[in-house]
Parts: sequence; structure tokens; C-alpha cells
Amino acid sequence: MTINEKQDELVEEFEFLSDWMDKYEHIIGEAKELPEMQEDLKQDKYIIKGCQSKVWLYPEYKDGKLYFKADSDAIISKGLVGLIVRVLSGYTPEEIQTADLYFIDKIGLKEHLSPTRSNGLLAMVKQIKLYALALSTANKVQQ
Amino acid sequence: MELKSEDVQEYLSYQGNPVREQFPSLNQMVYGKPLIYLDNAATTQKPWKVINAVQEYYTTINSNIHRGVHYLSQKATDAYELSRTTIATFINAKNSREVIFTKGTTEGINLVADCFSRYGITDKDSVIISSFEHHSNIVPWQMLCDKTGARLKVIPMNEDGELLMDDYKALLDDTVKIVAISYVSNTLGTINPIKEIIDLAHQIGSAVLVDAAQAVQHLAIDVKDLDCDFLVFSGHKMYGPTGIGILYGKEEWLEKLPPYQGGGDMIKTVSFVKTEYNELPFKFEAGTPHIEGAINLKVAIDFINEIGLEQIAAFEQGLMSYATTAVQEIPGVNIIGRAKAKTGSLSLSVTGAHPYDIGVLLDKMGIAVRTGHHCTQPIMDFYCIPGTVRASFALYNSTLDVDRFAEGLKRAVNMLV
Ligand SMILES: Cc1ncc(COP(=O)(O)O)c(C=O)c1O
Repeated sequence: MTINEKQDELVEEFEFLSDWMDKYEHIIGEAKELPEMQEDLKQDKYIIKGCQSKVWLYPEYKDGKLYFKADSDAIISKGLVGLIVRVLSGYTPEEIQTADLYFIDKIGLKEHLSPTRSNGLLAMVKQIKLYALALSTANKVQQ
Repeated sequence: MELKSEDVQEYLSYQGNPVREQFPSLNQMVYGKPLIYLDNAATTQKPWKVINAVQEYYTTINSNIHRGVHYLSQKATDAYELSRTTIATFINAKNSREVIFTKGTTEGINLVADCFSRYGITDKDSVIISSFEHHSNIVPWQMLCDKTGARLKVIPMNEDGELLMDDYKALLDDTVKIVAISYVSNTLGTINPIKEIIDLAHQIGSAVLVDAAQAVQHLAIDVKDLDCDFLVFSGHKMYGPTGIGILYGKEEWLEKLPPYQGGGDMIKTVSFVKTEYNELPFKFEAGTPHIEGAINLKVAIDFINEIGLEQIAAFEQGLMSYATTAVQEIPGVNIIGRAKAKTGSLSLSVTGAHPYDIGVLLDKMGIAVRTGHHCTQPIMDFYCIPGTVRASFALYNSTLDVDRFAEGLKRAVNMLV
């Protein structure tokens, strides 16, 4: 599946959830499905700044692809970071860097992207793209 | 809990609290739900009286004060000074020279701390604050300590969120130059035994600054009776305009202290200060002030006076105990701050849920509360929690608001835990 196919899948899942409470119910469900992150990875250097809750994001680079593990002490933040990880984990740095994350708008979470919001969805996306940028730059230098 | 449209109509115009009708911003729907505003410790909504007065000011007497001899300038100056007199009466100051207009509580504290730092404080001296001060009443004193080498001492509290008075007494020695303390905690709701705190400080010759940001809107304040040396508060938390606040200072103190803004670096002696600067209260009001805000703070105070602070206090006390009972019944809810004397703010945590999660879900139910550390991070460290959910009350809230809050909280807890 491509990044966009994953996004479309998410959009479809949220399509029938018109009520906010249902949407959040689903996000909480997403959090519960997120693979567990080992405790020893929850180091301060993996904390994403700019969230009211603690959000950890751990990148792993294997066979040319970037994978992410994430967790949060707040379940809604964990669900939100889970959505992003589900869409972006397992692709090349270049694919991640250039991805247009339209699903956020389509499922009605766009307001969470505004920089003044305290949950830091924007900070999560930025951090992931930053990891991708660093890796693709390093790759280019190696080539 | 979906509301039918008849319910909504009834709710929006309900008679649960007639004062509510005077606050137009409360009559709205958010996310399709009637707004329930319980973030009053952050700021209160404004009554029509204040809203109309803002428009009236700009459409009639807008002009600069204390400067022009022309008609409008005199009108505005009169209104500005009348507001000062009204505020002096409201807190029972000796005279209106003791009332300084500021931007708010934060500026008032910074003003006093900055002036004190240039008024003979040395590295032999100390300042006392409490363990549940707002960052606004911590950082300015840390800055004073950085500048002068003075020591910052902190009164500890117990699990209930009450200050330990014996420890306070032990901190009081002749190094203490000022005790800066909140009257009411914005996070825990604790009402401090402020008179006793002031008396004890005076016994060792220390000055006292009272942060009344969470007190003026809930309790009648009499600065003569309290005998505090300084008292600060914000207009926006008491139904008034934002960007205006008050510093009350005893005339003797305000005379002695150097001015806050303008050429302060050169000031070393009291006699130099006295010969150099304008008289009170203007000595502390550099530049064109927030004229409209100052004038309309009087309107907010008139509004409060019409209802009466005694009546307001009794009503809010009732709401606080009603709310305490209601949330306590929800499994997993822990009340943070169980002082015997409380007003305004009710903080809680939920076992197994982050306050942020609760806040997000309540928001989507139309319920406005505050989550996080409320600018009091040391309290969160004390209780080892990331933050609290805080509901805070104003005179326009009702038990209906509390019921909706408790229902919403229950629903959020069920989703999260
Ligand atoms: C106890 C206390 N002190 C100080 C402040 C700061 O007030 P302002 O932001 O209006 O200056 C607040 C406001 O949150 C407060 O609750």
C-alpha cells in the first residue's frame, strides 16, 4: 500500500463518524492498537516538544525504510500520533518527506494542526518529516 | 447525551440563574451543544453593562488624559479618576493615591518586585512565597533574587493544599523583606489565612504583597482591615475589561519606592527618588495608560456591587460544595486540593486518564474547563501529576452547569478508563 492508499483507508474509516464523540472513540481505539513501545525507548530525547501531554516518537531505519514507534501518557495524543505512524511508518525517507497528509483535513482533525493548539499534532508531523529529511540528506551525501 | 432542540432552547434561556441573561457570550452553541463556561479563573465573561460601556467610551469621550485642557480630555480624565476613587472605595483604601492602574496582576507583582530589588535588598535578605503561587508570583521574585543575591524561601503545604503555618513561622526572621502570597489559589481553590499571614510578617518587620487575582471576584476585600502593604488583581477576572489591573500600595510604601519605568538605573537613594519624580499615583503610571479599560473597570465593580460580594460569596460557596459532591461520586475522580476553606476553583484528577484527554472530550461536549498545570508547575510536582482538570465558577454559573459538567466528566471517564 502507498501512503495515499493508507490515508484513503483512514478517511473511509472516519467517514461515518459524524459525531465528535464517535471520532474520539475511534482515536482512542487507534491508541489501543498502537504496538507497545518499550519503556527504555521513552527517553527525553524522543519527546516531541509542544504537546500538553508527553509524546515519544522513536525512529528506526531498516533496509532503506523508516519505521516509527510512538507512545504518549495521554490516550488521545497516543491515538493521534498512532494515526500518523500508521500512515507514514515503513516508507523511504523521500516518500515520507514529500507526503501530503490530506487525511488530517478530511477526517476533520485539521483544527488540531494549528500551531496554537496544545496537542501538538503539527509538532508530531514536523518531527517525523525532520527525521526523514535528515536521513534522505545523509543518503544523498553517501551516494 | 444528545439534546433535543426544545431542550436547548430551554437551556439557553433557563431561569436557573437570572444573572446569566446579562452575559451575552454565554448564550451560544459550541460544536452544536450549549456552551457551559467553567473556566472563570482564567477569565470571566463580560456583562452587557461593561460591553456597552466600552462602545460608549469610544463613541463619546475618547481622548488622552491628564494632558489636554479641552472638553473631551477633561471628561476622560474625570472618568479615569472617578474609576480610581471607586476602586479605592471597593477595597477600602485610605485614598485614591494608593490605587495604581496596571496591565494586570502580573504587572503589579513585577512592579513591586522590580522596585524592591532597587530598594536596598541585599544578599543578606530573603523573600517568602508559598508552594502554590502562580508563576506570576514566583518568577518576578526569582528575578529579584538573581539581581540582589537575596534568598527565596517557600512555605510548604500539606496534602490537602493548606499552608503549614508552623513552617511559615519558622521561616520568618529578620532577613525577610517581603512576603508575597496569594489570597486564594488559582489551582487548588485554597483560601489562605491571609490576615494571620500578614500579622506574623509584620511582627518581624516584613512587608506583605497579596496576590488577590482569585479573591476580588469572590470575597469582599478590605485592605485597611487586612493591613497588607500591597495587593494586586486583574480586571478581566472580575467581569471587567482585559489588559487592566490594580496595584494597591500603602501610601508610605509607594512614596518610598523608586519608580518602575524610566531611568531607574541611576536611582540609589530615597531622597533622590523623592526629589526627582512625580507624585502618587502618577509616579507609577508611565505613558498613556489603558484609559478605556480603567474607566470600564468601574462599570464591572458597579455591577459586582449591585449584586453584593456577600451574596456572591454565599452563592458560589453553595456551587462549590454542590460540585464537590457531584464529582466525588464519579469512580476514579480525585479532588486535588481539599482545604477546609475554598473558593472559585475545583481541581481534580482521574485515575488512569490524562487531564488533557478529559479536557479534549469535555470541550467537544461544549464544556469549557482548563486542563494542565495552570501556571503552577510546583503544585503538579508536589502531587506527582501531569496536571489537573479545573472547573472554576463565577456568579452566572448554576447547578445546571455543574450537572452538565459532572455528566460530561462521567462520560469522558467511561470512554478513557
Ligand atoms: C493567583 C493568580 N496570580 C496571578 C495571575 C496572573 O494574572 P494576569 O495574567 O491577569 O496578570 C493569575 C491568573 O491566572 C492568578 O490566578
